[in-house]
Amino acid sequence: MLRLEALSAGYGPLQVLFGVDLEVAAGEVVTLMGRNGMGKTTTIRAILRLLKPSGGRILFDGREVTGLPSHRMARLGIALVPEGRQVFPTLTVRENLVATARPPLAEGTAWDLDAVYGLFPRLRERSGQYARTLSGGEQQMLAIGRALMTNPRLLILDEATEGLAPRIRAEIWACFRRLKAAGLTILIVDKNLKELTAFADRHSVMEKGRIVWQGDAAALAADRERLLGLLSV
Amino acid sequence: MPALLFVEQVLNGLQFGVMLFLMAAGLTLVFGIMRLINLAHGSFYMVGAYLCALAAGASGSFLLGLLAGLAGAALVGAAVEFLVIRRLYDRDHLDQVLATFGLILFFNELVKILFGPRPLLLDPPALLSGAVELLPGLPYPAYRLAIIGVGIAVALGLYLLIRHSRLGMIIRAGATHREIVAALGVNIRLVYTLVFGLGALLAGLAGAMIGPLLSVQIGMGEEILILTFVVIVIGGIGSIKGALVGALLVGVTDTLARVLLPLAFGAFLEPSAAAGVAASLASMMIYIVMALVLVWRPHGLFPAEGA
Repeated sequence: MLRLEALSAGYGPLQVLFGVDLEVAAGEVVTLMGRNGMGKTTTIRAILRLLKPSGGRILFDGREVTGLPSHRMARLGIALVPEGRQVFPTLTVRENLVATARPPLAEGTAWDLDAVYGLFPRLRERSGQYARTLSGGEQQMLAIGRALMTNPRLLILDEATEGLAPRIRAEIWACFRRLKAAGLTILIVDKNLKELTAFADRHSVMEKGRIVWQGDAAALAADRERLLGLLSV
Repeated sequence: MPALLFVEQVLNGLQFGVMLFLMAAGLTLVFGIMRLINLAHGSFYMVGAYLCALAAGASGSFLLGLLAGLAGAALVGAAVEFLVIRRLYDRDHLDQVLATFGLILFFNELVKILFGPRPLLLDPPALLSGAVELLPGLPYPAYRLAIIGVGIAVALGLYLLIRHSRLGMIIRAGATHREIVAALGVNIRLVYTLVFGLGALLAGLAGAMIGPLLSVQIGMGEEILILTFVVIVIGGIGSIKGALVGALLVGVTDTLARVLLPLAFGAFLEPSAAAGVAASLASMMIYIVMALVLVWRPHGLFPAEGA
């Protein structure tokens, strides 16, 4: 579905990505792991053109989409749950969900307010509240719900369980498993190796702006020593 | 001072305040959402007034003139955003001030070349040329009442647009998280053009409606622009509610000060001295009000959430 070929990007004179190759097939869950500053979030920003790539290609459904503006990338069917949640603080919970909502591109089960409230009943209770008054966990649920309301084909999750209490974290992981079971394609950045191993189909590890390791759960178990070295500080 | 005269002056103040609100609404939205200082906002007011005067003169219909003024100001606004303003969002405020000051000079000169330096005259619509007897002994021009009515309707419409429409939600979301709004599939640049065009349309509406009360002339936009900035600073930058309250406060304060202060000073000063002191103080009044408001609330009366 999504394919990056030798993608490079950076901030001004500072190059961060040095030729990232990555593929996410339809229905697959792929991880992007690596220590802080290795280029995970930058890769995501480059995919959605929140950052202009300096080289390489992006393909979606086999079609080259490099250079499309952010909103057109999103309208291909990509939705982002950004690092740090970034809900709209001055909008109510309901408004956060409705503001950027879109019907699905193809027929199938559609996410609407009721479906999101079904997934996160707590958001229904808080629907009239301003998003800035929510707890961190509730804001995370809202950011996920907001992305689902665009009815994406590919969901990109950037550190979606970071800084949450264990109970909330478990709730979020349960939600991800339901999304996977429903067939949603997911690209996920997270630090929790144990949860990721159980959850994802394939894994990729970044170091210094490149993908340096890729493989499935079995390969990950076999190569555990080396990977722990790549992932820990 | 007779009570009726006081009521009449309050109404004049409200009418002036409504004009200021129409100007301030666009300016405060553009500043609050796009973080852009637009000195050329007064040019859209002038464009609205000129197009209204010309179209009304040619067709004999004020309504046609008004429509021409509104459409022209909105189109000119959207074109200016597309051609010039878009390049300024990511630059600092000094660049924005310089560039939009350049636009003022450009529009003033363009109007002079196209329509000459002489002011144009615009008659109020025949339907509203009379007076309405509000209270026994208090006739008040129907046209000024209509301006107040239009202002209230616009305030209500803007409230509904910003608070209760999808576009309004996106506008508010874009004020704090522009990137995320785009990454969720909204063409935020188009939204910016729409907001800028809407602001220009409201300025054009103010210009077209003021035509019959003041003369339509080059530089008319700059006179009201300064007061408009005072309004949005008092109201809280980015807040439509603040723009409304600030505009009415400035309009009524300015109008009443010009009428009441000469009377007050006349009570204990000789007439010529009283007139001089009162005139100076009256023109300072709104700035004194602004200073007091800012001492009390440094971010204005209704600071925009998230700004």
